[in-house]
Amino acid sequence: MNHLDLLTFARGSALNWALIIFVAGTVLRLFEIFGLSRKPDLARPRIDSPGSGWRTMFTRSIPPQGMLKRDPVTYIGGYAFHLGLFLAIFFFAPHIEFFRSISGLSWRALPSALVDASVVAAIVSLIVLLAHRLNNPVKRMLSTFGDYLAWTVTFLPLLTGYMAYHHLFVEYTLMLALHIFSVELLLVLLPFTKLFHTFSVFVSRWYNGDFFGRKGVAS
Amino acid sequence: MSATLAKGINAFKEVIDTPIASYFSSCVHCGLCAEACLFYNETGEEKYTPIHKLEPLRRVWKQEYTLLGKLGKMLGLSRPVTDEELTEWEPLVYDSCTMCGRCSMVCPVGNDITYMIRKMREGMSASGHAPEDMKSATTRAINIGSPMGIKWPAVQAQIKHVQAETNIEVPVDKMGADYLVLMSSMEIINFPEYLSAISRIFKQAGVSWTLAPDAFEATNSGIQIGSSDLAREIVSRIVVAAERLKVKCVISPECGHAFTAIRWEGPNLMGKPFCFEVKHILEVLDELHAAGKLKTKGKDKRPLTYHDPCQIARRGGVVEQPRRLLGEVAEDFREMPDAGVMNWCCGGGGGVSANSRAEPLRLEAFKVKKRQIETTGAHTLITACANCRIVMEEGMEHYHMKVEVLGLTELLAEYLVEGE
Amino acid sequence: MKQKQMMDALPGTVGEGLAQRGVDRREFLKFCTAMTAMLALPPSMAGVMAEAIAKARRQSVIWLSFQECTGCTESITRSHSPTLETLIFDLISLDYHHTLQAASGAAAEHAREQAMKDNDGKYLLIVDGSIPMGNAGYSCIAGISNYDMLVETAKGAVAIVAVGTCATYGGIPKADPNPTGAVSVSDIVKDKPIINVPGCPPIPVVMTGVLAHFLTFGNIPELDALGRPKSFYGETIHDRCYRRPFYDQGKFAETFDDEAARKGWCLFKLGCKGPVTYNACATTKWNEGTSFPIESGHGCIGCSEPNFWDAGPLYKALSMPVSATGSMLGAAAAAGAAAGVAVTWYNRSTKAQAKATHAKVTVQELTREEK
Repeated sequence: MNHLDLLTFARGSALNWALIIFVAGTVLRLFEIFGLSRKPDLARPRIDSPGSGWRTMFTRSIPPQGMLKRDPVTYIGGYAFHLGLFLAIFFFAPHIEFFRSISGLSWRALPSALVDASVVAAIVSLIVLLAHRLNNPVKRMLSTFGDYLAWTVTFLPLLTGYMAYHHLFVEYTLMLALHIFSVELLLVLLPFTKLFHTFSVFVSRWYNGDFFGRKGVAS
Repeated sequence: MSATLAKGINAFKEVIDTPIASYFSSCVHCGLCAEACLFYNETGEEKYTPIHKLEPLRRVWKQEYTLLGKLGKMLGLSRPVTDEELTEWEPLVYDSCTMCGRCSMVCPVGNDITYMIRKMREGMSASGHAPEDMKSATTRAINIGSPMGIKWPAVQAQIKHVQAETNIEVPVDKMGADYLVLMSSMEIINFPEYLSAISRIFKQAGVSWTLAPDAFEATNSGIQIGSSDLAREIVSRIVVAAERLKVKCVISPECGHAFTAIRWEGPNLMGKPFCFEVKHILEVLDELHAAGKLKTKGKDKRPLTYHDPCQIARRGGVVEQPRRLLGEVAEDFREMPDAGVMNWCCGGGGGVSANSRAEPLRLEAFKVKKRQIETTGAHTLITACANCRIVMEEGMEHYHMKVEVLGLTELLAEYLVEGE
Repeated sequence: MKQKQMMDALPGTVGEGLAQRGVDRREFLKFCTAMTAMLALPPSMAGVMAEAIAKARRQSVIWLSFQECTGCTESITRSHSPTLETLIFDLISLDYHHTLQAASGAAAEHAREQAMKDNDGKYLLIVDGSIPMGNAGYSCIAGISNYDMLVETAKGAVAIVAVGTCATYGGIPKADPNPTGAVSVSDIVKDKPIINVPGCPPIPVVMTGVLAHFLTFGNIPELDALGRPKSFYGETIHDRCYRRPFYDQGKFAETFDDEAARKGWCLFKLGCKGPVTYNACATTKWNEGTSFPIESGHGCIGCSEPNFWDAGPLYKALSMPVSATGSMLGAAAAAGAAAGVAVTWYNRSTKAQAKATHAKVTVQELTREEK
């Protein structure tokens, strides 16, 4: 199998299966979560604020007072990583083409140089966050194989994407194929690892905001 | 009949619901909850990381309610939860968690960790892994009527004392009263000022209220030990009395978890919405104040600071009321750092103060409160929870701090304009 | 009129042939200079090359055409006239090429056999077209199967030049479902040096350049992993494309006739395979350096890459899935939902059973019996 064949396989059957597992897995996991249901809260809410859950979905992205100082590495690293990854996934022109071919939707791309910078930011912050995970006693204790696996499969698409874009070390066609394979690995594992927080974070934040909101506290 | 591991695991399976499944799915092991926890902060021991305290519950969720976890369990890839493990986790779930809810406020993915600890205690208590002191307190609450073993005659004695002192009649079993007043054991034993203050304020405001001999105790050990069956039995006494006397509102006293037990858990334990309201005493006082029925004269000259009880503020939503009330009587009110919904726990909530085994840890954790108080420079500390009050008094005695602690209701009564 | 300086030439050499055709030394040197540049050799090598080629005996070449479309031959003849590349045919003795030679039938085959005998071990074999392995009868010449002819002719060759994507990698005949079982030259011949000159067709000057290298140095040029001369196939079309700056700036044509297309913006979104195609189109260009597909407004289809025909739709951007569609994802979601319903049902029965087994906790039951 030559490099182009590998790329064709990566864009073809491999991608199809990865997407199928990703979509089916995500739907399955959401069923697993929502299927457990919960009892309705019979206590009269303090204020009738149906928006508190939705609000917390966004406000929880802001560190509570004093927390930034307590663990700046996690917060700043977390911001840089998530933002960089988000820009790279959704605002790199070739990626938008990917989304367009599947959904029919398309939007304006950012200049490649800007995406490149955001990828560098994401890569650097991931490395810093890994070092932090290994050094910080709490993080180290909490970390399991799953955490390092999740780190790896998140790091690889960024690294391979960066290497492909800059033609580093590996032949471009092969690198592009490896980049797509690494994304497929990420897609396959996402629903079944902590990476599922990509979706469940909004569910969790909603419940948190709703529970606190019923008691009249903005969380 | 006795507690068994099977009962505990069964309880875990019962309590796991959509929020918990979502919370465990979302946790990225960032460890920020540790930064919010007073036990981790004051000891630096990573085992006190809040999410870590839930590990056995997480495994039951994974093994029972996820496809992959079920597969792993079938293939023997994941360990089942054992009695030994729960024994190891007991101090983490009870001694080092006051269910203060600070971690729930900071978790970046929005996990309400406190919600999960409360649910986890269901399984811990059903499997016999609750601390001995909490078991006996709960047993007293069920069998005698109060975790401290107090019976109605003790209250009657206090009523007599108050009536003699204030010359105000304390209403008992008054049908159709607007308010049913509850007390906590600690107020009955240690802070009789509360009943006297209430009597004077309500007399002045013209409030119709009553005590009930079958429902004077507001605290609920069942909530703290984490057994809904027992908590229901305790809370039902209040519901029955409130319905019998046809009151419009039940007033939770200056006690944090009692408020949570009646106001937020009560209807869910009973399985029906209440036909009466439940308010914390500070809410009632604030309403009276707003209606012009609570008049005070003069101001306290001392520098005062206020400790927000977790269950009243962060998990109760009563934050502005004490500040408005203090504004009336305090000349030099000073906020602590992190006051309000991000206030630090006294270290004794969630049953920790009832658990003598946890005392050294609780005193260690008190250091954060000590720093907070010292920052204000105040030597008078106001609060609205008798349990916080006792815990802080003990802490300050331990650290040789010269700070006086007062209940807010009691402080207000001191400046009450009476008999006009 | 300026007197042309004729070349000193020994009898039977390339130089003699050139002199006979009236090519002067200046013109010949110009050709050699162009060749050295294309082969990425130092400029000083032009003189060496001129010397070597002029002195060389005309190289015997046998050209075999198998499953092909004659596009490769068409391409090489396009460079024939009027430029100097015409002369390349005087540098060599093309002893067999069934499309170009005058002889036919038995005489033609005789010419091949004669050349093989006369130049045993020294002749150069050029092949275009793929070889069918499914059934020998799919493609025969004078009753001889392509396979047999290749094996027989390859035996005495000094080296083989596989010309065109069919000979080099199987090309379009090999494209899915490959009805003839087509294979490339290198799939069959394992014991001879093979130079792959892929393209559908290859660039004329690339073909002549490879021959010039062989004549000059008597060896094969440096090849990459796919057997291609690095000097021509070392970089992607994309990397040398004059539209590359537009790619970097994120300026793309969305359709073949929009304003962006007229402005000459990048054709990536229209399916250009330039980023993964290694060829010299963007530098040497076609038709005497006139243009190349991208310059004419169409994306590269990657014709010089192995299995290019099966490498996804020609008009889908490289970053697009080959075959994944929204409806496929919809089906996956439905499958996930079906599995989810089953798991939910199972989970709920687990929970319901836990509720049913719940024994009311009493204060007597807060403690475990000692084992």
